[in-house]
Parts: sequence; C-alpha cells; structure tokens
Amino acid sequence: MANYYQKEIETASPEQIRAWQNERLLKTIQHVWDNNAYYRQKMIDRGVLVGDIKSVDDLWKLPFLTKDDLREAYPYGLMSAPLSDCVRIQSTSGTTGKRVVAFYTQEDIDLWEDCCARAIMAVGGTKEDVVQVCYGYGLFTGGPGLNGGSHKVGCLTLPMSSGNTERQLQFMVDLEATILCCTPSYAAYLAESIHEKGLRDQIKLKAGIFGAEAWTEEMRRDIEEKLGIKAYDIYGLTELSGPGVSFECEEQTGMHVNEDHFIVETIDPDTGAVLPEGSRGELVFTSITKTAFPLIRYRTKDIGVLKREKCSCGRTFVKMSKPMGRSDDMLIVRGVNVFPSQIEQVLLTKGLTSNYQILVDRVGTTDSIEVKVEMTPELFSDTINHISRKEAEISDALKSMLGITAKVSIVEPKSIIRSEGKAVRVIDKRKLYG
Amino acid sequence: MSVKQLSVFAENKHGSLYEITKILSEAGIDIRAFSVADTHSYGVLRLIVSDTRHAAFALSSAGKIVDVTDVVGVQITDEKGGLAELLNVLTAEDINIEYLYAFVSTTVGEAYVVIRVSNNPRTEQVLRDHGFSLLTDEDIKK
Repeated sequence: MANYYQKEIETASPEQIRAWQNERLLKTIQHVWDNNAYYRQKMIDRGVLVGDIKSVDDLWKLPFLTKDDLREAYPYGLMSAPLSDCVRIQSTSGTTGKRVVAFYTQEDIDLWEDCCARAIMAVGGTKEDVVQVCYGYGLFTGGPGLNGGSHKVGCLTLPMSSGNTERQLQFMVDLEATILCCTPSYAAYLAESIHEKGLRDQIKLKAGIFGAEAWTEEMRRDIEEKLGIKAYDIYGLTELSGPGVSFECEEQTGMHVNEDHFIVETIDPDTGAVLPEGSRGELVFTSITKTAFPLIRYRTKDIGVLKREKCSCGRTFVKMSKPMGRSDDMLIVRGVNVFPSQIEQVLLTKGLTSNYQILVDRVGTTDSIEVKVEMTPELFSDTINHISRKEAEISDALKSMLGITAKVSIVEPKSIIRSEGKAVRVIDKRKLYG
Repeated sequence: MSVKQLSVFAENKHGSLYEITKILSEAGIDIRAFSVADTHSYGVLRLIVSDTRHAAFALSSAGKIVDVTDVVGVQITDEKGGLAELLNVLTAEDINIEYLYAFVSTTVGEAYVVIRVSNNPRTEQVLRDHGFSLLTDEDIKK
C-alpha cells in the first residue's frame, strides 16, 4: 500500500505537472529578473531576456549556474528577496572547497519540509513512527530538513544530531525508533555497533533514509541485512534547499524528483547540451517555488540518468538514478577516471567492510593509488600465503574495475576513522604539491 | 591429537605486539611458544597458549582478528641433529611444511616443534610410525 504525504500532487498527471512547471518557472524567472542583478546580468550576457522564456521548452536558453557562481556571489549575490524576509541560512559541508550559504524565507522552509515529509511517508512513515535523526543539525541541511519533515508527518522526532554512538543506540533501543535518518556510512557504523553489542533483537527499526554521500547497492544490501530494515536513498543539495529534492519509494529503483518544486534536466557535462531523458549526463536543477534563493539551471556535477515510467508506487514524478559519481569526487589517477564508489563496490563484493580509505600520491611523475581496508575474520588466516592470495584477488578485482593497479593494504579492524558526518574516503596528497 | 594454535593479525605499527601480549597477560594467559611472520605492512602472530579458547575470546573482545588452527606438535631431543632428524623424516615422506617453530621444554633435554602442514592426520601417523611423541592440548595446559 503506497503511502503519500500529498497524494494529489505526487500522483498528478504528467500534463498537470507540466502546467505547474510552466506557470512556476515563468513566475520564478520574473522574480529573479526583478530581484537578482547577478543572474539578470548572466541572462543579458547570454542574450536572453525575461520575455524570451514562455514555457519549460525555453529552459535551455537560460544560462547555467555553477558552484563557482555561488562562491563568486558569496554571500548575498544570489539572493532574490530582501534579508528582512529571510528567517534562516544553511550552509554546505565544505567538503569540496569554500562553503556556500543558502537563504530561506519561512515559506521556503515550509516547502522544503514538505519535500522531506514526502520522503518519510514514501518509506511507509506515519504519525505512529519514531524518527531518529542523526544527521548533523546546525548549518548542515540534513538534520533540520528531516527534522522538519518528520514533524510535518507527525512522527515523534528524536533530534539526535550526529555523533555519540552510545547515546544513539540507547535512545534507539529505549525509545523504540522505527525510522533512522543519517548518512549511509554512519548507518553502516551503527549497524556494526548494534551487531557487536548484540542489540539486534532489541531494536524496532523498519526503515532508514540515508543520503548526503555516495553509496552503492552493495552497501544498501549490507545495511539492510545487518539491521533487518529497508534502506532508502534521498537526494538533495544545500544550494537547492537540502535533502528531499528527490527521494526513493518502496520500489527502490531510483529517486522521484519533486517536480512541482524542481525541474530536472540531464546535460552533456562538456558541451552543456540538453540530453534526452534516459541518457546518462550531469543533473541540472531549476527551483521553481523558492523565493529567497532560487537557482536557475544549477549544475550539480552529479552524473545520473532520468527515467520517466510508470512506478508501482503510483507516483508520477520522474525518477533519477543514484548519482554514479560526483565529478568533484572523481580522481584522475595516471590519466584514468576513478570514482570512490567503484572501489567501494569491489570491496563489498569481496566481503570487506565499507570502511576504507583511498590514498593518492605522486612519486616523481607517477601517480600511485593505495586502498586501505580493514582486516576481517574471513580474510584472516595463520598463513601469509592465504592472506596474500586474498589481497591479490582484491587487487585484481580493483584492476579490472578501474583499469589501473591499486595497492591494497590491510590494516587493523577499526583503525580507519569512522565518520559521524560525511566520510573522508580520499586523501589526495598530490594536492600538497599543486 | 593435534594442538590448537592461535593466530592474531598485527599491523606493522609501534606497540601492536605489546598490545596483544598485554591483553593476554590481563586475561591470565600463559604463552608457551610463539612466532611472528611478517610482511611489509602487517604480521601474523602465532601462539601456543595455556587456554586457546579463553585467549581467542579475550583478543576478539578487544577488537583483534584471530583464528584458531590445528597444528602438529612433536617432541624432539634437545641436542645436535634433533631437528634435522625430524625434517629428514618429513622430507622423505614428501610432507611439505608451511612453517614451523620450536620451543624448549621444561624437562631438560627435550624440545618441541610446531609444524603447520596441509594434512595433519597423515603427518601425525608418519611421525608416530617413526617413533616420535606428539604433543596434545593437555600437554600444553600443564
């Protein structure tokens, strides 16, 4: 039985969705043109005037915004409402450089929380549920977003924030949390701790909503099995509001984009040309209901595929695949593109834990890549031959996945630092010289 | 008939062997013999201890990765040629040794050798046929 927060919107006909998008896009462009000098100038430079945009079909004419624009316009340059109308800021985690600040009116927050409420109800959440939010609170959007969504659904909300694993587990058991919201790496860590402490029979979790970092299907299955739950993906960016730009339903085959609030496109990252739905490309979003910080054609650097097909959950919103990698996360080692998610997939299929670290270095003119993994009982043996053979198997699997040789180093269990927020998977020492 | 050997994973870093021995000491475990096999990045510590199950439990509770394997323990004479005599038999019988290490007995003139082979029953039979006495877990506990 599908469970909706706003059924009439989430299951609207494609024609109705397109009508909303047309109307809201025009309103947004007019609002930005009138109130935002930075983007207006970008439009003028491109030779596009506000009157040239008559419907979603004209979207391609508009200039893109990138993270560089946000940095350049920091802090107020991309605001489209007076500060006196704003009630809050949120900020990016700064994992890829200088922080970006986004502004919200009360209505912006309200609509954002609706998106998160849809995500919670899509995983079966109702007012009877106890939602444990262990995303960071504060500047990071994860905590406030899911917290607000959980309130809207009417769930009992545990505003745990990140960290303090002992307390997380105690509340999870004592207050019988049923839905867990956190990063997938922290979910994996909690699962490990629950397993070690023998608490599996004492937890009442049924679902998890995990986002804010890249994770693989293998990691999903691993978490689902260890916790006995269904694990769902959620997608969002602080620049666009936060989590809830898109969310997974019970089908777990991609995330429905909240198309009444965002228009999504896929483009060729090199040429900027719009690709047909179904082609792999960079995801570009336009917000059409935000007032304080609307972004037009914002390039996410996330690579994904859009699929518009009938979903068994009844939702009509287009589905986006799990991003296959963020161009920011991509490493170029010896001229080859390497995504940390590819490495993770290999490690999990070889029975290793999802705690790993990638070290990239350059000796002379040659790049080296080393993958640190933790020893497991399955990998261990009293004979070095046996361990070396397993190491070689992992190394071979990495080679066939990546196309280059990576050195595998086995370290003590728990010696790779567990993350309570976004995991630091990659240490690129080459940057020190650049 | 064979003897239980405990192996522990140890990363090549300062203090890791000490940490393992400290855990064993706090658990009241007596180490009878040990050897370390090392590579460039990690080592495998192999131990014969007074109580293997207890030791394995103490180490894994402390987050160490352990394994328990059956190995062959054999008594040799603690004099010139003692080890050579044993190896001569194994070589002649075409038994390949993965690794071995030795320790002296509390009884003067006796020593023990721990041998890791792929086929324990056959090795034990061969050694018995050649008049060697084999160690048991009971001998270790004493």
